[in-house]
Formats: sequence, structure tokens, C-alpha cells
Amino acid sequence: MSTRTADRKKSAKGTDIASREWKGPWRRYDIIKEGVIAIVVVSILTVLLAGLFSSPDEPALTFQGWATSAPDNFYATAVQELAGTSTSASYGPPYNTVGEGISVGPLAPQKWFGVTHPVDAANDFVITPLRTQGQSADVTDALATWDAASADQQTAWATDYDTALTDAEGDATAVADGDYGPVPVLAQGLTDIAAAGVLDGILISQGGFYQTDFTKQVLFLGDGSYLDDAATAANLQGSTWGMMNETGSYPGQAWLWLYSFWYQIPQFNSDNPDDYLTSHADAIIFYIMALLSLVLIFLPYIPGLRSIPRWIPLHRLIWRDYYRTQAKSLAP
Amino acid sequence: MNPESPIPAVQPDSTPGESPAGVRPPPATEVPDDREENAGTWTGGLRRAWMAKLPPDKLLPERQPAYVASWIYIFGVATLAAFLVIIATGLVLAFTGPAWYHTSSLGLFTNSMHFWSVQLFFVFMVVHLWGKFWMAAWRGRRVMTWITGVVAFLASIGTAFTGYLVQTNFDSQWISFEAKDGLNAVGIGAFFNVANLGQMLLLHACLLPLVVGVIVVWHVLLVRLRGVVPPIDAVDKEVSTASLTGDSVSEARP
Amino acid sequence: MDPIYLASVSDPATYVGWGWLSVSIPNLIVILVMIALFVLAIVLPFPNGRDKS
Repeated sequence: MSTRTADRKKSAKGTDIASREWKGPWRRYDIIKEGVIAIVVVSILTVLLAGLFSSPDEPALTFQGWATSAPDNFYATAVQELAGTSTSASYGPPYNTVGEGISVGPLAPQKWFGVTHPVDAANDFVITPLRTQGQSADVTDALATWDAASADQQTAWATDYDTALTDAEGDATAVADGDYGPVPVLAQGLTDIAAAGVLDGILISQGGFYQTDFTKQVLFLGDGSYLDDAATAANLQGSTWGMMNETGSYPGQAWLWLYSFWYQIPQFNSDNPDDYLTSHADAIIFYIMALLSLVLIFLPYIPGLRSIPRWIPLHRLIWRDYYRTQAKSLAP
Repeated sequence: MNPESPIPAVQPDSTPGESPAGVRPPPATEVPDDREENAGTWTGGLRRAWMAKLPPDKLLPERQPAYVASWIYIFGVATLAAFLVIIATGLVLAFTGPAWYHTSSLGLFTNSMHFWSVQLFFVFMVVHLWGKFWMAAWRGRRVMTWITGVVAFLASIGTAFTGYLVQTNFDSQWISFEAKDGLNAVGIGAFFNVANLGQMLLLHACLLPLVVGVIVVWHVLLVRLRGVVPPIDAVDKEVSTASLTGDSVSEARP
Repeated sequence: MDPIYLASVSDPATYVGWGWLSVSIPNLIVILVMIALFVLAIVLPFPNGRDKS
């Protein structure tokens, strides 16, 4: 293209208009006034919107709420924590080494930094809270039995009971007979203190005084169906654009639309847990978004993309006044 | 003193360098900026470099190129204004702590202002981004303006994300529970713990607003430094004159 | 102390959708406002201030 050569020539001569001061007509401009008007207008808009619509604030869920409204699910989750079959018990780094975490090909950054927020589900969520609080005689006995047993025996009791409870579809009264050790009593003990509101306090203090880390609570809460069901009811699940949604009738984070988009693709949210794309969705989608972000950052250097404004000339609308007067001044 | 050559009184406005014979001139007052003698100071060097590139009338101009005549141009300053409202309401929320607004109606109103100013912030920023894209505003050595803008956008998203995490309500429970998986999968979760309220709160109220603020200041200074990008295929007086002398017509091409 | 909190969030927004595309009305409004602002901004005439060539 001859204009390309012209471009190079004029760059050499330094006559590329965009990179030097404008030598054409100017107009009056009051930058401070513009800023002040903007602040005033935006402030008024904000006050109006806040006054008219308020903001979302759904109260936090509690373990008491969970154990009271869905005690069977809480009980079953407590069993899973003891058995090591819950999501957080088998998560992997940064919480524990039970699971492998996600790796995409040779890339396994989940393991790079090891266990930085240690979580031992059975002890942190069940045994220690029960020990912290004075218990009834049968729970105290159950704790003693648990402590005296080997780790293998503990696992055997808990996994057997977990399986049996699942077979009984969560109905503890319909569980087949078997050797479950102290597990049923421990699970019931935890359910009882949760329903009494005591577990929330125990988990927040975690044996200390000051505490700002809610990792254990969030993980434990998420292991059951209570948090999940509330999220489904609020349309916040990832596979239904939940990432950009908000509770109540409020706008959410619309700017996350593209990040949320990938989770809608059937390949990334199939029901088959063995499906590669589904089981690795979190990592793959993160990498996709990182790449797209880099594309946006370095757009001026990307041929094709950077020429779109020229091919689809919306700028002719934006600067139509200028092009009119430019045409006039260059007319013979 | 020589009594036979009485020293005349030194006048306040006497010219430096001139003196009666035998009398040392008073020390020269420090010369204004541009003298070679001051070239050694870091301060002088920095100040001169700044004044050369961004003198006050460029930093706070009273004129702009005539082609800056479209409503699309208000969205940058609108975004900035929203950012200031976010900061102001955020300061109130910071002063009162993250749980105040659950139990106070003034708190809820302040939280609402913070919430809606964030919505406005992103609306204006996105319209601003669309406008800058269609104007190919990275032309003419404005690549850093584009880059700082996009980085500010991404940093703002991160800042907003930490904000959602510190609401101390159901939303933050769910968001922390979901977000941990993506971040853990790429290793970031090891040191950026979305369930750690203390960490997220300090990031949200302290570190990230500073980061966004610095990037935004840089972005705005770049706009003032380079000026508003001219229209695609623009010509101006200098070029029109050049074209009469046979040079190729300049264009501001993307 | 509040009574036991049951897992009932306030009514979720209304959603519109076609197949896998589903957007809440509030979000849709925000998106439409953005598009409208952009279109209006580039289409509406801008008052020309005093020129100073």
C-alpha cells in the first residue's frame, strides 16, 4: 500500500499528526469546571439510586441455621468430614495433601506453594469443636473411644458409616447394622451443638481470641447442601451465569460477563465428573481469561484487531463535525 | 577599610558584579531555574524535566483541540468522578467497620451509595473503553495511555471483587466459596485467601485502592501529556502547508 | 438475638433467557443503559463552544 510507505516517510520526518502537538484549530475548555460538574452530577445520581433502590444485604448463613433447617444434611456432612470423603477433606493444596488439585498438562500451580492454609477436616470441623465444649456423657465416651483408636480404625468406622448412610439415603434411622464405632454419636453430638448455636462461636474463635480467617467455616459450610441450595435459590450458580448475578433484584457484576460466559459452555459444566474440561474448568477458564486480558492490554500491537476501528468507521460519527470542516478547508 | 575610599552604601538594587574597587560584591542571589550552574541538583533536574513536558498550562489547560467535540468525551471524567464518590463512601464505611451497615440505616444508605457508585463507575468506564477503542486512541505514542487504562480496568475488577468478599453477609460467603476454586487451581489461592476477612478487607480498603489510584493518576497524566488523540486521517495547518510543498499528506492512522 | 435463620434469601430477580443465555432484568437494564449511553454519546450533536483558532 502506498500509504504505508508514506507512513514510514512521514514518521521519519516526524509529521505523524497524532504524535505531535495539534496545529489545527482549538476551542475553549474549562477542565476544572468539567471535573466539578462531573462530581456533582455523579454524586446526585448516586444519592438518587441509593435512596430509591438501597442495596442487597442477605444475612450470612450460620451453622445453627443449617443444623436446624437441614439437620439430616448437617449430620451426613459431619460423617463425611470424619470419613475424609467431603470436598474440603479431600481438596488438596492449599488446605491439605489429601488431594492432588488441578493440573493442566504439565502445569500444576496448585501444588507449587504447598499447604498454606492447613485444614484437617475431621479434627477441625468435628473432633476439636466437640472437645472444646462440655458434652453429654455419651459424646464424651464417644470421643474417648475415637481418641483411643488408630487412624486406620477411625477411617474404617467413618467410611463404613458414610457408605451405609448414603445407602439409606441420609436417613440415620434406616442405616443397616454395622460396626461404626463412635461415629454416629459424634455426628449427632456435633449436630446438637450446631443447632444450639454453639458451633458458630467455637469455629470463629478456634481456640484463640482474635480471629479474622474464616477459611474453616467457609469450607465446612460449603461441604453440605445448605449453602449450595441457598445459592441455587438466588440464581448464583456458576452454570447459570451466577458469577455476574446478585441476590435480590439488584444488578450484579455485569463486567464479569466474559469470565462467567465460559462456564455456560456445556463442555465446561457437564454432569460427568470425569469429563476433562468439566473437572479442569476452573484452571482452563482462568488461563483463557488471563490470555484475553493480555490481548486487551496489548491490543495496539496486535495487527488486525487494532485495525478494526478503521474497518468499521464509527469514528466518522464521533468526529463528523471535524471531518466536515476538514473537507471544507481542503476543498479547492 | 581604607578611609580614603569610603565604601558607598550598597543599594538593594545594585547590579550584582558591580562594586566599588576593592570591595567584594555581595553574594549573588540564587539565579532562576535555567542556569547551567544549577544543573547538578536532582531537584532542579526533575523540576526542569517536568516543566518541559507538562507545564501548568498543559496540566490544567483552558483550551483543547477543536475536534474534541462529542459527548463520548465525558465518560473519562465521569468515571473519575464515580471513583471519587466510591472513595468517599468507602472512607465512611472503613471508619465504621465492615459490619456497621447491617444494623444501621445510615450505614445501609452509605453502603447503598458505595454499591451504586461502583455500578456507575463500571458503566462509565466501559463506555469510555468502547469510545477509546473505536477512536483507536492508542495512536501517536499513546500506547501507554491505553495500557494504563486497561490495567486500571482489570485492577478495578480485582478491587471490586475484594469488596464483594468483605460484605460479611451471604453474598460474601458464597463468593468466597466459589472463587477459591479458580484461584486455588492456578496457585494464587495459596497466598490470596478469599475466606480470610482480615486480608481481603485490608486489600480492599487500603492496598488495592492505592494501586488503582496510582494507575489512574498515571493514566490521566499521560492524557494531559500527549493530548487528546486526533481523528483518524486528520490533517492540520502544518500538514496542509506541507502538502502544498509536495510532501505526502499526513494522516493519523491507527 | 434473631430467631434461627432459615436459608431463604429474598426473592431473586426475574430472569430472561434464550437457551443457555440467561440474564437478570437488573443486569439487562445495566447493559442496555451502557449501550444506550454509548450510542447516544456518538450520535447526539455536541454544542460547539467558542472557537479559538
